[in-house]
Amino acid sequence: MAEITLIEAVTQALAWELAHDESVVVLGEDVGVNGGVFRATVGLQEKFGPWRVIDTPLCETSIAGLSVGMAAQGMKPVAEAQFEGFIYPMLEHLMCHAARMRYRTRGRLSCPLVVRAPWGGGIRAPEHHSEANEALFANVPGLRVVIPSSPARAYGLLLAAIRDPDPVIFFEPKRIYRQYKEEVPDDGEALPLDVCYVLRDGKDVTLVSWGATIKETLEAADALAAEGISAEVIDVATIKPLDFDTIHESVTKTGRCVIVHEAPKNVGVGAEIAARLAEHAMYDLVAPVERVTGYDTHIPLFRLEMKYLPAVQRIVEAAKRTLAVS
Amino acid sequence: MTVAASFEIEYRQYLDTDGHPMGKTLPAIARDLDQLVQLYQLMSFTRIFDTKAIALQRTGKLGTYASCLGHEAAHAAIGSSMRPEDVLAPAYREYAAQFWRGVKPRDVLMYWGGDERGNDFSGPRHDFAWAVPIATQCLHAAGAALAFKVRGEPRVAVSVCGDGGTSKADFYSALNCGGAFQLPLVMVVVNNQWAISVPRSKQTGAKTLAQKGLAGGLDCLQVDGNDLIACREAMDQAIERARNGGGGSVVEMVTYRLHDHTTADDARRYRDDAEVKEAWQREPLGRLRAYLTRLGAWSDAREEAWKSECEGRVNEEVDAYLNTRAQPVEAMFDHLYADMPLEIAQQRALAVSREVGRG
Repeated sequence: MAEITLIEAVTQALAWELAHDESVVVLGEDVGVNGGVFRATVGLQEKFGPWRVIDTPLCETSIAGLSVGMAAQGMKPVAEAQFEGFIYPMLEHLMCHAARMRYRTRGRLSCPLVVRAPWGGGIRAPEHHSEANEALFANVPGLRVVIPSSPARAYGLLLAAIRDPDPVIFFEPKRIYRQYKEEVPDDGEALPLDVCYVLRDGKDVTLVSWGATIKETLEAADALAAEGISAEVIDVATIKPLDFDTIHESVTKTGRCVIVHEAPKNVGVGAEIAARLAEHAMYDLVAPVERVTGYDTHIPLFRLEMKYLPAVQRIVEAAKRTLAVS
Repeated sequence: MTVAASFEIEYRQYLDTDGHPMGKTLPAIARDLDQLVQLYQLMSFTRIFDTKAIALQRTGKLGTYASCLGHEAAHAAIGSSMRPEDVLAPAYREYAAQFWRGVKPRDVLMYWGGDERGNDFSGPRHDFAWAVPIATQCLHAAGAALAFKVRGEPRVAVSVCGDGGTSKADFYSALNCGGAFQLPLVMVVVNNQWAISVPRSKQTGAKTLAQKGLAGGLDCLQVDGNDLIACREAMDQAIERARNGGGGSVVEMVTYRLHDHTTADDARRYRDDAEVKEAWQREPLGRLRAYLTRLGAWSDAREEAWKSECEGRVNEEVDAYLNTRAQPVEAMFDHLYADMPLEIAQQRALAVSREVGRG
């Protein structure tokens, strides 16, 4: 079995579902002949034709609105927003319609669409190409928000997202699109959409992250291990709904928690996790919850972007601060 | 001068304000008196319903309501030109179109009465629900049309928006997609001259709203929106073209909003009574009634009998609405997701527990 990258796993999942469910269509800008600007849809139009893999006019509003209309009429559109920073024109359709369709019609209509978007910074891209806005979507009732961090989870979670009967925002951490390869069986097996993944067992501190910063978080766990500190690493994977139980269980064991995300700190998803820990795990905590995040500024243009993104050292230092309390 | 392309927008009207044919050859629908009587009855029923709904709001028995007064011909033409399997993507006042397709007046009252079950309507189960965010429904219709095209189904999607809606990106996006994909899409603009307080003249520099469709490569036509015969012929042609693979259309129906924008609005703040009074001279029911009466298909006696029947039917619908109990508190959690997430289930249980002991 060939080993594949995260982005190849996305392509593999799309191809599987296009082949096995004729109601699935892929649409977006440049997704057809060009195979997407990151090549996530490469070869799909050739294989499934121009009415299953549809190049749309250059208009995010159209992509979202068409997807809502198609989904309400029995199709499963998988739309691509070329970059997460271009997703804003889609918001009205996603928030006012996709998220509310089932609810406001009491189940008469539904909106089983997926919006995929390359998400996050760190690839030296131009302005508006590096945003991480998962908190915007996590605040919207009716949506699911998923961010995979490995080829296998990208494959299994994307299949689950497409098969889910409700709208799913699927953010792809583009910084790790081609970070490494792993074996991903092309067996059509979806992963559950509502669980966190414990990537590494530990007993001293819980490190919680998602998306591309899973890379730095695991490296921080290695660095801590070298100093005799055992860190448990959790990949949240599904931001909404949040599998808080898995995080809670880990923090009950370690008593310490560091949340790592590249989005801004203020009202970020880390704040929600920290609030729930305060509500449910206050007496299990032996140190204040730490957040290692992007700053509350715009992600800067690329000369400075790596100074904005959470670095291994910042995570290690935060973990040590929690361990300084006993 | 070399002309790269040239366009013109046709305007159609068959009946003058007194219901006299205007000397042109009338379309076939003008001779289908049985159907015209049915449509007149629909328009008349809708007006009686509308009057009742406003009264319900004024007496505290309904929430904010968007009246359709003056739009009846446009809406009746839209609904009656469609097949049941076609898809309607309405804005929020196209009741005559929806009644024809099977939506019940009680559904309309439920929606404006603060109950989501109004959107779970009895009409075509695949029709879109009311769309309050302006013109967004245009793209949903385009998406439905794209679904029909992908699946090879001979169905047509129809969107309806107002003159204000044509200023929005969604309207332009939809007509652009309609042309780019050659979709079976009919985009109706019911131009009632007012987007709440902003008049048509301030909405755009375009001479007609229909011409906006030219930019997307759609067929464009402007009709007298108070002339049922003109509206219906335009719809029949646009739908047939769409169904036969000929592409999409923009049909602008020029009418007038005779009531406030909604019951929460007071149009006296921004428009003259004289203008409204003048617009009443062109309203759609009187002219169709005059046309049908002259041809012996309608009479004062039938008018009286029909109005009385409508009153009874509307009252039945109002009673059904008023006698429907509010949903239980857990309804605000149900249908949020097909598979209820744990945290929603927990909040649902909490809300239910808070109801215990409250009547």
